Amino acid sequence: MARLIVLGGGVAGHTTATFAAKWLGSQHEVVVVTPNSKWNWIPSNIWVGVGQMTKEEVTFDLAPVYAKAGITYKQAKAVSLNPEGNESSDKPFVTIEFTEPSKAGEVENLEYDYIVNATGPKLNFDATPGLGDGAGQMGEHTVSVCTADHAVHASHELQKSIEKMKAGERQKFLIGTGHGMCTCQGAAFEYIFNIEHELNKAGVRDMADIKWISNESFLGDFGMGGLHMKVGGYVVSSKLFAESLFAERNVEWLIGAHTSKVENGKVEYELLDGSKGEESFDFAMLIPPFAGVGIKAFAKDGEDITSTVFAPNGFMKVDANYAAGAYENWKASDWPRTYQNPTYSNMFAAGIAFAPPHIISKPMSSPNGTPINPTPPRTGMPSGIIGKAVAHSVCDLITKGKNAHLHEASMAEMGAACVASAGKGVFSGTAAAMTVYPVVPDFEKYPGTGRDTDYTFGEIGLAGHWIKHILHFMFIHKAKLNPGWTLIPE
Amino acid sequence: MKKEEMNFQKSDEFSRTMIPGSFARKMRTCVIWQFIRFVAINIKMLVVVSKSH
Ligand SMILES: Cc1cc2nc3c(=O)[nH]c(=O)nc-3n(C[C@H](O)[C@H](O)[C@H](O)COP(=O)(O)OP(=O)(O)OC[C@H]3O[C@@H](n4cnc5c(N)ncnc54)[C@H](O)[C@@H]3O)c2cc1C
Repeated sequence: MARLIVLGGGVAGHTTATFAAKWLGSQHEVVVVTPNSKWNWIPSNIWVGVGQMTKEEVTFDLAPVYAKAGITYKQAKAVSLNPEGNESSDKPFVTIEFTEPSKAGEVENLEYDYIVNATGPKLNFDATPGLGDGAGQMGEHTVSVCTADHAVHASHELQKSIEKMKAGERQKFLIGTGHGMCTCQGAAFEYIFNIEHELNKAGVRDMADIKWISNESFLGDFGMGGLHMKVGGYVVSSKLFAESLFAERNVEWLIGAHTSKVENGKVEYELLDGSKGEESFDFAMLIPPFAGVGIKAFAKDGEDITSTVFAPNGFMKVDANYAAGAYENWKASDWPRTYQNPTYSNMFAAGIAFAPPHIISKPMSSPNGTPINPTPPRTGMPSGIIGKAVAHSVCDLITKGKNAHLHEASMAEMGAACVASAGKGVFSGTAAAMTVYPVVPDFEKYPGTGRDTDYTFGEIGLAGHWIKHILHFMFIHKAKLNPGWTLIPE
Repeated sequence: MKKEEMNFQKSDEFSRTMIPGSFARKMRTCVIWQFIRFVAINIKMLVVVSKSH
């Protein structure tokens, strides 16, 4: 009997664990180690953050789902890996610390045959002074929509601002990225337009100034170096698409900005041209930069081998080309295909937890040497597809032997469908529905734009809103393993 | 001035981009047209999903 341990019960880890449990059956054991008791459909946190959905509508309890799937569930966080075992045993193990209230703080060593790291991001608020509280959590000056609880808090703060505007007090909204090396601009983009929509609905739009602040060198970069799409017979840059939406909705923008400090009602920033400035706010939602969750790794003799297993940013090394060098040398083939750790073949990473070979957007820094560029997005669809491919590989390794062919899922050969909500409402809502193929541009295969413009498109409308709404119910249905769950694509 | 053109004057950045006119805006929430787009976008997305697996 083999044991697969999946670290992280988010989009990637949940996909890996549930498919592995289905394919392996009861002859082998699948264990999920994750600190959260609930699964969260993170994209819908945007709607929680504007009071259009409750936390309960975007989360559900993991325990009954894992019980149904025959998965062993440990509500705990992984602390360290011993991929060679220790002095008393050759068997690899992971050290976990329970977060389940009845066992909180207890530590256990769990042996494994295969392990998948799908621990997602650490929300690194403390990278920017004032954005964090100095103890790893969000600070008091801004809000976030990265977790369901953050989104509930954001919604309360938004209501307070709306009340103030109703009482005649003007409010300034600042939404975007909280550091020069952030990703996830798409989430902030959705949030700013949902806020704009809600302020219109509340009849206070004329009392609000709304501004976007971001580390993108141009509006519409989205961490993917932008994209070109077919619109009205033209092939246009996402820059035009994004600028048009901002101008239409009267949302100002400040781009190429590294948020260097956050204080009560004020951020300080540095721009790509080296100049520095300040922006005031009454309400700010700034996405924090992401890092790996900080799992350590030790060799058999106890030597710290964290830097062998993990990249300096804390994400796990996989079969990517980390020596690609300068931007001019970057290739689609630098991106990983199997997500297997190069040192330990029974170790994989999926979703945000894998270390990308480099960023996708053009690297930029200010004359002062401050890097100001988005880091690569790993959105839901790639995270799910990678999670499933890794589950396939591990199942084959267990059932067919160590020489089994590994399944591949390169982000340079994979598309992503992104539906960015721009306001919720069955007949009044809109969303920007976008597909991009492939996520990582391949200029050898698609000279010109790096992407297939037949499958890279975007448009704004009610249809996108309906799709976003349907995706919400479909993915929660799938994640709960309700009937037909395997038929719903990642 | 047409209502939808108002924002061009609000900033230099706004004036250098494109803003949809009233017809384009209406079509965004026109249920019949959006139903057609719903089918079309879903087909495109399914093709992208199938190419990605
Ligand atoms: C507000 C917001 C909106 C978004 N909207 C969209 C969207 O519309 N479309 C889209 O495609 N993507 C969207 N994304 C991105 C999407 O949520 C991510 O791509 C996806 O969640 C990544 O999956 P993951 O499994 O890698 O990480 P996560 O889903 O974050 O899961 C990581 C899991 O690991 C757990 N974990 C953390 N530390 C440990 C540890 N030490 N040990 C064990 N487990 C641990 C966490 O608790 C969590 O359960 C959005 C993101 C945000 C923040």
